[in-house]
Amino acid sequence: MIRKNWWKILSFLLMMHTCIMGFLVKIPVLDDRMQQSVRNLFFHVPMWFSMQTLFTVSVFYAIKYLRSQNPVHDYYSLEYARTGLVFGILGLITGAIWANYQWGKPWSGDPKQNGAAIALLIYMAYFVLRGSMNDLDKRARISAVYNIFAFAMLFPTIWILPRLTESLHPGGQGTEGNPGLNPNDTSPEMEMVFLPAIIGWILLSVWITTLRIRLRLITEKKLVHV
Amino acid sequence: MYKIRKVLLFFLLSIISVAAFAQSTNAQTEEPIGFMRSEGKIYVVMAVVVTIVAGIFIYLVNLDRKISKLENK
Repeated sequence: MIRKNWWKILSFLLMMHTCIMGFLVKIPVLDDRMQQSVRNLFFHVPMWFSMQTLFTVSVFYAIKYLRSQNPVHDYYSLEYARTGLVFGILGLITGAIWANYQWGKPWSGDPKQNGAAIALLIYMAYFVLRGSMNDLDKRARISAVYNIFAFAMLFPTIWILPRLTESLHPGGQGTEGNPGLNPNDTSPEMEMVFLPAIIGWILLSVWITTLRIRLRLITEKKLVHV
Repeated sequence: MYKIRKVLLFFLLSIISVAAFAQSTNAQTEEPIGFMRSEGKIYVVMAVVVTIVAGIFIYLVNLDRKISKLENK
């Protein structure tokens, strides 16, 4: 599957659609607070969707490793966590850029900003943990267990707590529903660009990860074609 | 010795470029805006983003092919 091409071509088409329609699609003309920057919906928000997907696949392979002791599963888990962290950091940075102009400063101590930062720090510790061990089996086993904990921590830090308190992000207490797509700030046409954007970005992030995995398998030589 | 001459010649020639004003700025002449310059030139940004993303994909295709070659050796 990771060597098939159809989903990579699909990723390219969806990303081209996103990059073009993301700038052309009609946005609602409301009060002048958000203006054109609401188009960041197609770029900043999918960073987090991609991160969540990649971390989910990573923990899936972590559990698979614990059951199979197959080192290939550990490599899958590692590379998905790595790319997930990259996209999470990109999400934080692009969010800070947007926040600087939307909320006045790049970091407002907003619950979701803090939660995302904490979640990413927890994943950074995963790599520190791996680096601290030389024994391959021990490293894979212990880091797989930590991966499960790190994944579980995504939920209180990003999904739950930011919705329970007042927040600058959409979805905080006192605002209605959806934390990704505030229906008051978007038009129906935008939702039609948003979903392909998410899929396109996720497929792109998966492609990057599978390339890293294949490269690692080759350098381990004996694990090619597994 | 020749290096200093080259450097001086370089600066002399680059100063001459100051005289090369082929287009004078005249705020009163109206030019048609066209698509790319409309909307505060946001479509220029769009073109840049499309170029960057397309460039990333070209890089990934080449990397994918290189790895496939290594795998099938």
